[in-house]
Amino acid sequence: MAAIKTIGVSGGRAGRAVAGRPQRRNRLAMKAQRSATGYLFMIGAIVCFALFSWYPMVREVIMSFQRTNFAGETTWIGLENYRHIIADPSFWAAWRATGLFALLALVFGYIVPFATAIVLNELRHFRGYFRLLVYLPVMIPPAAAAFLWKWFYTPDNSGLFNAVLHALHLPTSQWLQSPHVAMLCLVLFSTWSNMGAAVLVYLASLQGIPGELYDAAEIDGAGIFRRIWHVTVPQTRLILSLMLMLQIVATMQVFLEPYILTGGQSGTTTVVYLIYQYAFSFNNYGSGAALGIMLLVVLMGFAGAYLWLSRRVEEG
Amino acid sequence: MAVAESGPRTLISPAQRSRGHAKIVYWAVIGILIPLFALAFLFPLYWMVTGGLKSPSEVIQTPPSLLPNSPQFHNYITAWNDLGLGRLLLNTVVYAGGALIFQVVFDVAAAYALSKLRPVLGNVILFMMLAAMMIPPAVLVLPQYLTANSLPFIHTSLLASPWAIWLPSVANGFNIFILKRFFDSIPADLLAAAALDGAGPFRTLWRVVLPISRPIIGVVSIFAGVNVWKDFLWPLLVLNDPSSYSINVGLYHLSNGSPEDVLIAALAIASVPTIIFFLFFQRNIMSGLTAGGVKG
Repeated sequence: MAAIKTIGVSGGRAGRAVAGRPQRRNRLAMKAQRSATGYLFMIGAIVCFALFSWYPMVREVIMSFQRTNFAGETTWIGLENYRHIIADPSFWAAWRATGLFALLALVFGYIVPFATAIVLNELRHFRGYFRLLVYLPVMIPPAAAAFLWKWFYTPDNSGLFNAVLHALHLPTSQWLQSPHVAMLCLVLFSTWSNMGAAVLVYLASLQGIPGELYDAAEIDGAGIFRRIWHVTVPQTRLILSLMLMLQIVATMQVFLEPYILTGGQSGTTTVVYLIYQYAFSFNNYGSGAALGIMLLVVLMGFAGAYLWLSRRVEEG
Repeated sequence: MAVAESGPRTLISPAQRSRGHAKIVYWAVIGILIPLFALAFLFPLYWMVTGGLKSPSEVIQTPPSLLPNSPQFHNYITAWNDLGLGRLLLNTVVYAGGALIFQVVFDVAAAYALSKLRPVLGNVILFMMLAAMMIPPAVLVLPQYLTANSLPFIHTSLLASPWAIWLPSVANGFNIFILKRFFDSIPADLLAAAALDGAGPFRTLWRVVLPISRPIIGVVSIFAGVNVWKDFLWPLLVLNDPSSYSINVGLYHLSNGSPEDVLIAALAIASVPTIIFFLFFQRNIMSGLTAGGVKG
């Protein structure tokens, strides 16, 4: 506060020597001037937020209660959009697909990077090599990576994965065309292309663990796995739980993977994919918006549960 | 970062490491991990580059060949010339560069005002900007698209223009959050000194605040560039004219109707710029990503 007052003084006329009412008026004028400058600084960001964040949020809610015809005219139809999408069989299929993707991504995409980071943190040689390689896929444009993997997943034996399995005399797979493994294929690709970022974040937090804690645990006779469980995990708890929440929120919005790899076939039409179809394949903006609101509520629920849990953990 | 040969102790103690038995295990683990990482992260790229050198019949041959029989270098030339990859990459550079500039200018100015100028109702604005961070982007895509298609009051469409990428990128609550947190940590005395020298808010920002904010601005810039390069759904919707396609959207549209071998060559070309960029700025990018907290 003191600094701001001094900035005002530098403006000139508002001397501290003047007492009583004139000073108050000056201070008010100064405050107004500072606010005006402040808003001048903020105008660009405010316009962008208003246009592409605040207004769309309001519009999403309104649209979910409306029907838009081909001429762009809207009619208020109450909860009709919500009733329509819940009655749509693809609604439940989309939630099931999204939930399955998020769940499989937890098993692979959450545990694998953390385990990788723990192992890499123990290495004293070739550290640069490992970091570089694990981060390389993150740098490939996602569409390019997705088409590459789509090619790897080719169902006949010319595909990379089937060729390897065949050479090893193992059973081959239909991959993306099989309803049983298609979702797993998407998750494996997604993990491969995104895990580098998570590994780096975990590595940074692992380096912050004081070595004395491991010393103490070792004196108490804890083996490697008990040291991981009783020292490493609690010490990185904050970053682990934050990454968990971010990952759930991100995987529940998955779109590129099913859109490019399967085109929504083999039971991989996710919720965001369904929003896209409602809005841009069927020109049904209202239903797309209503489904968006439902997704928002679910994700807000996750975020709320995370905040509530982390506060309870902090208190207890 | 400077954890060299003798860093602080980690999970396994130095004493435990130095035992002859443990040394063998350690080097065995390294000996397994080096080829394993190469297989997982380099081999796919090798397969992509060599796949682009194969003839159409070799691409679908069973079993696939490890080395191209007779390298078809013209695949790469065809991909570059006929598929217009240069245009796609240039577009994406323009989108990423513009998004970077707009985010740095607008978000730094706004965060500085919120932190140091504290205008009336600034807290309400700050709250609304941070609340925007909580809304999942995929949820807003539809109304954002309709807004970009016809802006309120002026009824202009931003579709197929760089503005459709640049302006929405500024509405980034995470930027406001980390920038304001950084500006809050700048000591008041420093700004007071600038003010005593007669500097107004703009000069203070330009001459005093910006020079010490370089690391945090670096973080914002990296995220800005990476986000544009990785985004797919939003550019797929708003970049609806072939001359405006970004690299991701362009590859998607090219995938229908291009021969497989040329498409694979195109994937390889599309991956080159970011990988080279990354190899050059590896250190900055990695430390920026981890220093900027957790996002992405």
